[in-house]
Amino acid sequence: MKQIWTIAKRELGSFFDSLMAYIMMVAFLGFSGFFTWIFGTDIFFIKQASLQSFFGIAYWTLFFFIPAITMRLFAEENKSGTIELLLTRPVTDWQVIAGKFMATLILILIALGLTLPYYITVATLGPVDHGSVITGYFGLILISCAYISIGLFASSFSNNQIVAYLLALIIGIFFHIIFDLLASSLSGILGEIINFLSISQHFESVSRGVIDTRDLIFFLSIIFIGLILTEMNLLKRRIA
Amino acid sequence: MDIIVENLTKLYGTQRAVDDISFRVNTGEVLGFLGPNGAGKTTTMKAITTYLLPNEGNISVGQFTLRDHAEEIRKHIGYLPENIPLYQEMPVIDYLKYVAELQGIEKTKIRKRILEMVRLCGLEGEKHKNIGELSKGYKQRVGLAQALIHDPDVLILDEPTAGLDPNQIVEIRELIKKIGKEKTVILSSHILAEVEATCDRILIINKGKIVADGTAEELRKRAHGKEILKVKIEDGDTNTVFKALQTLEHVETVDFFKHEDHTFEIQSKQGQSSRRAVFNLCVSKGWVLTGMSSVETKLEDIFRELTMN
Repeated sequence: MKQIWTIAKRELGSFFDSLMAYIMMVAFLGFSGFFTWIFGTDIFFIKQASLQSFFGIAYWTLFFFIPAITMRLFAEENKSGTIELLLTRPVTDWQVIAGKFMATLILILIALGLTLPYYITVATLGPVDHGSVITGYFGLILISCAYISIGLFASSFSNNQIVAYLLALIIGIFFHIIFDLLASSLSGILGEIINFLSISQHFESVSRGVIDTRDLIFFLSIIFIGLILTEMNLLKRRIA
Repeated sequence: MDIIVENLTKLYGTQRAVDDISFRVNTGEVLGFLGPNGAGKTTTMKAITTYLLPNEGNISVGQFTLRDHAEEIRKHIGYLPENIPLYQEMPVIDYLKYVAELQGIEKTKIRKRILEMVRLCGLEGEKHKNIGELSKGYKQRVGLAQALIHDPDVLILDEPTAGLDPNQIVEIRELIKKIGKEKTVILSSHILAEVEATCDRILIINKGKIVADGTAEELRKRAHGKEILKVKIEDGDTNTVFKALQTLEHVETVDFFKHEDHTFEIQSKQGQSSRRAVFNLCVSKGWVLTGMSSVETKLEDIFRELTMN
């Protein structure tokens, strides 16, 4: 555990030193704030004291921003060769992966934490369904974990950060929207399977305040499979 | 801790980067790894550091074997890879602290260890700079500092003096020698003089196989049994002297020495010496023998002989 924290601390420091963290937070808050309060189907447009419009926007901003954070995690180490020194320290591959995962998650949690003033503001405007706000944030954390996991895999796959970013987006977009679109035009068992694979379906039900074990299992499986594949990529480097 | 490598084989695709090599390095020994580019030096070192898994064979460091106790081995190894891959954006001190924590050094001792390393590697003036801002020589020192910080029993250095200026090279060599007295050190290089100056034993590897193993002295003896003399003979016509030398009984070949007048290189036949004959020849002809010395085979020649073709 100490090793994981040591690695996570270094990654976090690197996010903040490289300005990545600040850019990502300003952009995240800027986008989500703009669409939550000022433009489109914002809170004043729907005239309800609810954070649904924020969750809808955050759902998209996280999808684009998380790969931008995760892309360098392994790709940069692969390229500069620092991965070699990291993997010859007394740490397991899992500790390395967990450390990097944790650093990204902490960054996302900070960004989400900075949107709490939205919640406070909305709560002063009218009666808010506190339960659905909490599950909404919980849902955002779940999809963040899923995308971090996919991003880590994409990053471990390549030593080029752009490739890692695009690969994470391509894998992500299937879960994010393509499965959802496909499912609506397919019927029968295949349609149901594809519908189950769609993140948007699961996020919608979670953010409405319904946490089903099926949703939890879905998110945990994506996280788990992503991390396993990352570990396999690290192992491949030792064998090849 | 002793390092034992047994029948190590590593394939890259179908190419045998390391082909069934075995050797042993004892505690307190500095082993120099020599070989042309692509001979398998780095691959062997990476296998010892547990970074690469060998296809066949086994490696043990102390009582720990690679296949069962890779984690333990890593605790006892300090490793400096070839191109010193360090986090460019980190300050030297922060990087050393990070490494110290990963290596599991006790919290209370970390500060002391870092300061020791900074002093040992001469990083006083640079310790707050980002690693990316340092010159090659200083990066190399940071690389050494991170390899030594946990006081490892085994030190693996891949071309530790590449890119250093002559003063730094001497310093690093001294450091390696000092460390090598109590620890097991393997270093690779293609600078032969360096290996000769720092290492107790030399291992020459070519195309994945060990082609020579021994001290510099032993390698020299093995490479040539023939006596080579550098002789300077004055007061005679150079061509006459040359011909006369060729007729001597024990002499195999005679050569003119480049850039030096009246000087010849005489190679005797296997196991024979022509020193006396040369002297007697000079006396009988009235030439003056102004110099005679035996020529040591250079390590370069041994290296070339073993690794060509």
